[in-house]
Amino acid sequence: MPPAVELVSIAKTFGSVVALADASLTVADGEFVCVLGPSGCGKTTLLRIVAGLERQNAGAVRLRGRDVSRLPPSQRDYGIVFQSYALFPNLTAARNIAYGLETRGWDRARIAARVDELLELVHLPHHRHRYPAQLSGGEQQRVALARALAPSPSLLLLDEPLSALDARVRLALRHEIKSVQRRVSIPTIMVTHDQEEALAMADRIVVMNHGVIEQIGTPHEVYMEPRTLFVARFVGQMNVVPARADARAGWARVGGVALHCREGVTLPEGAALTLAIRPEEVVLGGAGHAAENTLVARVVGLQFLGAFTRLALTLPGDVPVRLDCDVAAGALAVVGAKEGDELALALPASALRVFPAA
Amino acid sequence: MSARAIPDRPVRQAWHAEAVLRLALIAFYAAFLTLFVLYPMLQVFTRSLQDGQGRFVGAANYVRYFATPAIASSITNSLAVATGTTLLTVVLAFVYAYALTRSTMPLPGLFRLVIMLPIFAPSLVQGIAFIYVFGNNGLLTRWTGFNVGIYGFKGIVAAETFYALPHAVLILVAALTAADARLYDAASALGASRVKTFVTVTLPGVKYGVMSACFVVFTLVITDFGVPKVIGGKYSVMATEIYNQVIGQQNFTMGATVSVVLLIPAALAVVIDRLVQRRQYALLTASSVPLRPARNRGRDLGLFVYCTLVAGGIAAIYLVILASSLVTRWPYDFTPTTKHYRFDTVGGYTAVWNSIEAAALAAVIGTVLAFAGAYLVEKCRTAASGPLYVLSVLPVSVPGMVLGLAYIFTFNAPGSPLNALYGTLAILVLSHLVHYFTVPFLTATAALKQMDAEFENVSASLGVPFYRTFWRVTVPLALPQIVALSLYFFLNAMVTLSAAVFLVAPGTELAAVAVLLMDDAGDTAQAAAMSVLIIAIGFAVRLLYALLMRGVTRRTQAWTVATR
Ligand SMILES: Nc1ncnc2c1ncn2[C@@H]1O[C@H](COP(=O)(O)OP(=O)(O)O)[C@@H](O)[C@H]1O
Ligand SMILES: [Mg+2]
Repeated sequence: MPPAVELVSIAKTFGSVVALADASLTVADGEFVCVLGPSGCGKTTLLRIVAGLERQNAGAVRLRGRDVSRLPPSQRDYGIVFQSYALFPNLTAARNIAYGLETRGWDRARIAARVDELLELVHLPHHRHRYPAQLSGGEQQRVALARALAPSPSLLLLDEPLSALDARVRLALRHEIKSVQRRVSIPTIMVTHDQEEALAMADRIVVMNHGVIEQIGTPHEVYMEPRTLFVARFVGQMNVVPARADARAGWARVGGVALHCREGVTLPEGAALTLAIRPEEVVLGGAGHAAENTLVARVVGLQFLGAFTRLALTLPGDVPVRLDCDVAAGALAVVGAKEGDELALALPASALRVFPAA
Repeated sequence: MSARAIPDRPVRQAWHAEAVLRLALIAFYAAFLTLFVLYPMLQVFTRSLQDGQGRFVGAANYVRYFATPAIASSITNSLAVATGTTLLTVVLAFVYAYALTRSTMPLPGLFRLVIMLPIFAPSLVQGIAFIYVFGNNGLLTRWTGFNVGIYGFKGIVAAETFYALPHAVLILVAALTAADARLYDAASALGASRVKTFVTVTLPGVKYGVMSACFVVFTLVITDFGVPKVIGGKYSVMATEIYNQVIGQQNFTMGATVSVVLLIPAALAVVIDRLVQRRQYALLTASSVPLRPARNRGRDLGLFVYCTLVAGGIAAIYLVILASSLVTRWPYDFTPTTKHYRFDTVGGYTAVWNSIEAAALAAVIGTVLAFAGAYLVEKCRTAASGPLYVLSVLPVSVPGMVLGLAYIFTFNAPGSPLNALYGTLAILVLSHLVHYFTVPFLTATAALKQMDAEFENVSASLGVPFYRTFWRVTVPLALPQIVALSLYFFLNAMVTLSAAVFLVAPGTELAAVAVLLMDDAGDTAQAAAMSVLIIAIGFAVRLLYALLMRGVTRRTQAWTVATR
């Protein structure tokens, strides 16, 4: 069976702005794919090209193997939820949901049954007669989702569906959307600029920057094995340390200290490179701990973040290097670090990723 | 960026029925604008460059226009009248609007109502009223034996001022209402005096409103034909000069030449007004707090007296018109009679029925065209959107006389198939709706802009054709504006004279034109009676509209009022 969605080398320009350059992507049946990237990177453009609301300059769009590159939106068979929801204000929730069914020649009973089913699915059975203005933001969002799903499309597109909601509703709706998607088992492309949202919801994440797809992978892959420095910095927290290649392959120097790094880029001695390590991967250790990659750093700030505390550290050297380190509440009590203290710490080689210099 | 070059054009979408329908509608709208706006205007330009036999003569007509003092003086006269009226009207209107919005004087509702009276009457009615009172045989002239010499500059300015007053008051009331109370609180907290507050807060806040009122009044007056025609005497302005050249001397090329020259100040005023209005919006912020005027006895009393005088003047005009239509022979014999309402010299009520029919048709067709046109331009973006927008807003800068002449050139050209329209009511309906097209078009555009741009995309994704969403969502959402547009078309069509005066034919007389013709023929009492009928019809329709609006509001209340 052909994949649900297949994008082949899509390119799109607006005047001199290149919104997308050579973007390729496949979405498998039932898969939830998040397109993640900073604002203006071309996510919406990509989604609208799949939807046929924007015309690509080059490349092909296939839905279930059918080439729809030149077809109008109405002939592509998908449901879409926009950032604004675009609910029809003069129609009740039920009429909004029925909107796509009324032109299909269904009889009334069948439409009513389908509307009931969808109201049930999004947990709004008692809101059928309310107008959009009488619904909360989260409820509007669910009605929009139900409307998009009503004609049983073979693809669901979501453009920043949660960005207009406040934080608590947003968290609840993440689960709601995800569970609806699972139950209906519909292939879905969701656009977001919120990396947490993408990590929490996606089966696979597509990270984009400046119209280019930087990496496609599971949340775990994207988080643990970022392929580029951009992905490393954009997804999750990341310390970035400028360094130079050491004479030994797989080693780098930061100031006077030689550090053993993860396998990866091999560069001639002295070449500039960037080391990256996540705050939770920095290991605090007592002085004199004889391990690889041990350093002494000074605490310049503490930020209490609930479950853990983020220590701001500087490494000694001609150019002081900043480093964040997350310490669980219990562990911090043991170490007892205060501002101004010097601490020994280790940067495990397995966590020290190497990228070409930024 | 990929090394491969990206083609600079997006791929073409495959043809489908909806796209074809959309294009066909756009093509129809483009054809309408081309045939009834662009082509007629081009005719005026080309005719101004030809001689009577249709030979190209370059700027010869213009040279003759400026070199003939009798005709050239119409330019300076027009500018003098328009400038004088603008200054007088805007000052009077400002104080009136200030009283309505910034004082606690009694009876503001009544004052708002009375000031709107002139909107319901053809402009020449104010001229006729002034003649009844100050003319050679006027009431005051006979009582006092003193003739103020109303015919000419004085009379035109006086009558035009009353004609233009409601338009200026509407704009200034809107500008003064939009004021932000917080600025005034700040000013009084800083201990600013009342005069200082007025100069530093009030005036800058309404600056754009005042400018806009100036341009609107200027355009109204310089393009008006009715008032100078009845009260101007030998004082010729450009609008009457076009009429004289065309109707009086059958000199169409000179008519076209004067038209083109008249287009310049009228179009300029419109363009500047548009630019100014764009600025005005930037002044309003969503967080503004409306101002509640404080009580102040002295000021309120002064403003009350002022409003009583102005509103009294307007009321007097319409009372004189009403009275003169109901007495045997003003001002000699005041025996009551209804004989003037028989209109025996112009063949009874044909003109009235024609006017109602033409206005109703213009209202219905105009509303459909303006709304659908705005939809096509705004929601179906194509390469044609820009040019269509320009053509849709162009009519506002075309004076009625010029439009009428353009239609003569277009629909009364020898051997043209378009001639079928000439002499029919259809051409009057068309001229009404084109003449008043721009404001409804822009109102509709603004209403459409407020709607979510994704409505059409959502429907497309659901497989619902665009015309169904237009009917089920777009139209219901804009219903209040749509009803308002149709009223605007109707009321204006009832009172307009300038384009129609060139286009009426035996059988298609219109009430407003009949007023002019009867006045010209000396049947002033019948002219007054006809004016009274026009105003009464306008009132009736306005009342109907208020009822309709109440129904619309009730229907839309459910979804516009959040009951969370
Ligand atoms: N209709 C348009 N006209 C011109 N430029 C556009 C248009 N739509 C998007 N762009 C540009 O294309 C780029 C990508 O936009 P978009 O896809 O909306 O980004 P995102 O959704 O990731 O924030 C941006 O630089 C944006 O300014
Ligand atoms: Mg976007």
